[in-house]
This record gives sequence, structure tokens and C-alpha cells, in this order.
Amino acid sequence: MKTENEGWFGSFGGCYVPEILLPALEQLSNAFATARQDPEFQKELSDLLAEYAGRPTPLYLCRQIGPDTGTRLYLKREDLVHGGAHKTNQVLGQALLAKRLGKTRLIAETGAGQHGVATALVGALFGLKTRIYMGAKDVARQRLNVFRMELMGAEVVPVECGAKTLKDAINEALRDWAASYTDTHYMLGTAAGPHPFPLMVREFQRVIGDEAREQILAREGRLPDSALACVGGGSNAIGLFTAFVPDKEVALIGVEPAGKGLHTGEHGMTLQAGRPGILHGSKTFILQDEHGQIVESHSISAGLDYPGVGPEHAHLQATGRAKYVGVTDDEAVAAFRRLSACEGIIPALESAHALAYAFKLMERGEGGEVMLLNLSGRGDKDVRQIADYMGVSLEGKA
Amino acid sequence: MSRYKTMFASLREKKQGAFIPFVMLGDPDETSSLEILHSFVEGGADALELGIPFSDPVADGPTIQAAALRALSNGMTPKKAFEILRKFRETNSITPIGLLVYANLVVQGENDAFFEQAKAAGVDSVLVADIPSKEAAPFCESAKKSGIDPVLIAAPNSSDDQLKMIAELSSGYTYVVSRAGVTGAETKAEMKHGQLIEKLKDFGAPPPVLGFGISSPEQVREALESGAVGAISGSAIVKLIASTAPEKRNETILQFIRGMKAETQLS
Ligand SMILES: Cc1ncc(COP(=O)(O)O)c(C=O)c1O
Repeated sequence: MKTENEGWFGSFGGCYVPEILLPALEQLSNAFATARQDPEFQKELSDLLAEYAGRPTPLYLCRQIGPDTGTRLYLKREDLVHGGAHKTNQVLGQALLAKRLGKTRLIAETGAGQHGVATALVGALFGLKTRIYMGAKDVARQRLNVFRMELMGAEVVPVECGAKTLKDAINEALRDWAASYTDTHYMLGTAAGPHPFPLMVREFQRVIGDEAREQILAREGRLPDSALACVGGGSNAIGLFTAFVPDKEVALIGVEPAGKGLHTGEHGMTLQAGRPGILHGSKTFILQDEHGQIVESHSISAGLDYPGVGPEHAHLQATGRAKYVGVTDDEAVAAFRRLSACEGIIPALESAHALAYAFKLMERGEGGEVMLLNLSGRGDKDVRQIADYMGVSLEGKA
Repeated sequence: MSRYKTMFASLREKKQGAFIPFVMLGDPDETSSLEILHSFVEGGADALELGIPFSDPVADGPTIQAAALRALSNGMTPKKAFEILRKFRETNSITPIGLLVYANLVVQGENDAFFEQAKAAGVDSVLVADIPSKEAAPFCESAKKSGIDPVLIAAPNSSDDQLKMIAELSSGYTYVVSRAGVTGAETKAEMKHGQLIEKLKDFGAPPPVLGFGISSPEQVREALESGAVGAISGSAIVKLIASTAPEKRNETILQFIRGMKAETQLS
């Protein structure tokens, strides 16, 4: 059986890319393996995480939500990371590697724009030329983030091919990299794609769960009954889960976007409604038709709108260690509003999916006494979309 | 003897290189697609390299992406693609047929189903654009079990270890890419791959055929002079198909292929 250091999580993973990209991935994989053992790299990264990104992030016990159902719901506040989401954790790691490899240019894909923003900020920080590929449809629904990227000096390229969303942005980034790998680092934004990305992104994101585990032990003197996170490509979820995987008593729950409902076909429930295949470099679960063509996903949340998922989640599902569930657009919006109104925290629409499922579990009394939830990002970027959804006009009255 | 071996032997005798056109099956539609294949052969194509459209072709530039989308939106499926080939084989049992596909189409169904269907349709080789040497062993084994030659890509940046693996796993021919990047006529082939071809020979790889960025007769000649035994041209032909009126299509293709093939005479 091949190991995760070789790119395999059980029967999922691998490195399925055009031959021309193998040397670049090997170079990255070696650089990462070296950096993992290198105290100097680790120190540089943890200094940046502390001083630039604002880690450790707090663990917040909800005051209003929970007491009535006898639940203590803890939020891991990744929304407070500089940049507004967990994405910043891992781009700092990748940017340090890119520097070590002598790369002068960054490319990245982005869905919601959060990873684009994170890449743009490290591009500025490290003086690297930055180009972000973003589906034309996402450019339209995340205008604010596009402007943020541009302010930080990144070039945002709308991708007009295919479904014009995240998967097409990844295609375009891979095409760019096939020609530019000598001076360019591809900063993939989630724990998916070809080896070493799923492993490397997990290791750069596991700080979320490592911190949260310590924090909750300090507060509660025990581990949580459940740990929840939303799953797009899977980086914030694997970042939270990894510390708890050996703790069998902690239920690991990943929440996928059910969009308009599983029965409508308009969803992004890759792990629950997809089947194994090969997309964007790894063998994993994929939403596809009977012939193997990739099917467009749907979610109100651009960051979860992806027909693939990181291979380690496919493995955690196959072994039964983690469970994956779905939450609809409507449920996510209701949770978005509830956290805003009850706790004074506006969550990212992505994170609101995890919240919605946590609320369901609490109502059913199934989440346990102590629940831990990864609040992967803040919702400022989503405010306009929520207003539209609610039928509220944000234009000034004449 | 396999169709590729027969072809290379007969070309050697005639002191010619191979000219191999690429097209997307089902572009623009099923009926035209079959006619196009016959025009290729009539124009002098020695072998065919054919795509089955996939929704997310990461190794292709805009021209071939667009061809895949056209074919998909006309309802092309792997099954229908094989049907076109079966019809082609009713009147042509000589010309080698290579498929250029993506991994997710190959892993559908039971173990070797794709390769078996390909074999039954008269296919000779399969190249999977997103399965590199590192992951190729099990696929090559399946292909060979079904009587299909697995073809791998050798790239200008491939290490000696990669090239050894490519040489060991490939059969039929070796697809040599002379430049970085994806398919497309926008970026011309580089002709500095003499060393790459030498190494492949040393490692015992099957005959090297050059592809990516070849769109003119001069480039076909350059490719052969640099040591390749054949040249593949794709985007240029796909563009012709997209830009020519249907009634003039077959004639235009015929002329283009003749022009390219004419440059394969070596002395
Ligand atoms: C705030 C937030 N959470 C979650 C995600 C989903 O990504 P992942 O599954 O990799 O955590 C995104 C993606 O853009 C995001 O912006």
C-alpha cells in the first residue's frame, strides 16, 4: 500500500497530471519534505502566522446559541485570520516554499475569491508577481474580492471556458503552469489536486485543529463530542479534523453544499452523490455523468461550488472515520442570519453550511454536549449576496 | 505484426516519415467526423490520432477545448466515438488509430472495459493525457492485456528516470513533445529535441513521433530532420474544420493533409 508521503490516502490520491508537470511537482514535493524537517523554515512560518496572520485564533464559546439545548458550541475563529479566512494559513507556507525554490511568479485559482485574496496578499508580502484565475461567473458574484485582489497588486483573469466556475479556473491554472513552471509556483488553494498538494495543504492547515484541540482541552478538560466543518475542496475541514483523527470518540462531520436540494441535481455533494474518478490530478470522488463527463455543481456559496473533493476526505469517508452530510442554500442562509443576529458574528456563507448542520444536530440533541465548529471565514464578502437573496436593495434611495 | 509496426516498416522502405493528423471525434458531428477521417487517409495520412471529448481537458489549448465542447454539445459520447471508428474500420483495416483521451474516461466501468471497447472498435493505441509515467504502470498493463499499445508522452523536461520509464511502458510509438505548455498552434514546436530523441533511442523506446505546435509543412520537415520518425498536427486541422463551410470542408482538409504529407519524403 502506498503511503500519504507518496501521495496516497488508501485508494485515493495520486498524481494525475500531464507528463510535463511531473518535474515541477517532484521539486515541490521534495522542497516540502525538506521544509517539514527544517527548524528554520518552521520558525519562519510560525513567526509569520503569529505576527502577520494573527494566530493563534481564539476559540469562542457561543453565548446565545446552545444553552437552551444544553450544548456548548465552540467556534474556532478562522474568520479572524488576516485576510478573512483560513486560506491565509497555507498560502504563507506555500509562499515560503516558492521563495526557497527561487520562483518569481505565483498563479492560483479561486472560487469565492478568498484563496485569490490570500494568494494576492502573500504575493504582495513576498514581492511575487501574481495572477489569479477566476471563473467568469464567480467574478460576477464576488466583485468585492476581485477588487481586493487588484488592490494588492494581483492580476485577476476571468475564465470564460466550461462552466466558468472554480473547476474551470483550476483547468486554466494547470494550463498556465504547464508552460510556466520554471519561474512560477502554482499555489493551489485547497487540500485537493495532485500530490503533494493534498498532503502539503493539510499539513499547513492542521494548525487549526492542533490549536483547537489544545484550547478545548484547556477549557473543558475533555475532547469535543463532535467536530464540524464545511467541505468545498476540503482544506478547512482536513485542517480541523487531522488533530482529532486518532481520537475515535470525536465524531468528525463534513458538511457539503446541498444547493437547491439533492433531488434537484443542483448541488455540490461530491462525497455523497458522486463516485470515484480522476479530476485535477487525483483519484477521488467526483460529480460526473454516466459517461465520466464532469457535472457542474451548484451552491449559493462560491467557495463550496466544486464537483471534486480532496482525496483524503474520500478516504475518511470510505473508512467511516468521518461522516459527510448536506445543507441546502436556504438552510445555510438561515444559519448565516442566525449567527449574525445572535452572536454578532457574520460568518462566511461557506462556514454557514457547517453552522446550519450544527444547529440541526443541537435541535435533535445529537451533536453531544460539547461541539466544535470551524468558522472558516468571515462573511463580509457575502453581505451583498445575502441582501439580494433577502430582496433588500443596498442602493441609496433617490 | 501491429498496424504501427507495419506502417513504420513500410515508411522506412519508402524513405518517408509518418504524417499523423489529430481531430476530435464528433467535431462538428458524427457523420462529418467519419467523412473527415476518410479525407485524412485520402490525403495521405499514415495514421490517425483521435480525441474523445472530455469536459475538462487540462492539457489542451483553446482550439482543441473548443472542439471538445462542440462535440459534447452535439451529444458525443465515448460509445458514439467508438461507433464512428467501427464504421471507419468497415472500409479501412490498415491505418493505425491512436486515441488521445483523459483519465476519467478511461476509469469508467469495470477494470479494462475502456481498453476492451477500444480494441473492439479497431483502435491500436491509447494515450491518456493526464496519466504521467509515474502513475501509468497499471493502465499500461490493462491496455496491453486488451491488445492496445499504451503511448506515453516524453517532454523536454523529462528526467532520465522518467524517460526510462516512458521507454519501458510505451509501445506502438512514443509521443514526443518538443516544448512546454498545452496543445495549440499559437506556440510553435521547438526543434531542439535531438538529445531527447537520442536518449529515448538509447533507452529502447518505440519510434518517436513529434507533436504539439506543428501546423505547417516546413515544420513537418524540420521534425523529421531532427530525428523524429513522424509528426502529429492537431490544432491547425481543428481550426480548419471550425472555419471552413461544410460543403468545402472535406476538400480543404484533403489539400491540407496532402501539403503536410508531401514534406515527409526524406530523400
Ligand atoms: C471561508 C471559506 N470556507 C471554506 C471554503 C471551502 O474551501 P475548503 O473546503 O478548502 O476549506 C472557502 C473557499 O473559498 C472559504 O472561502
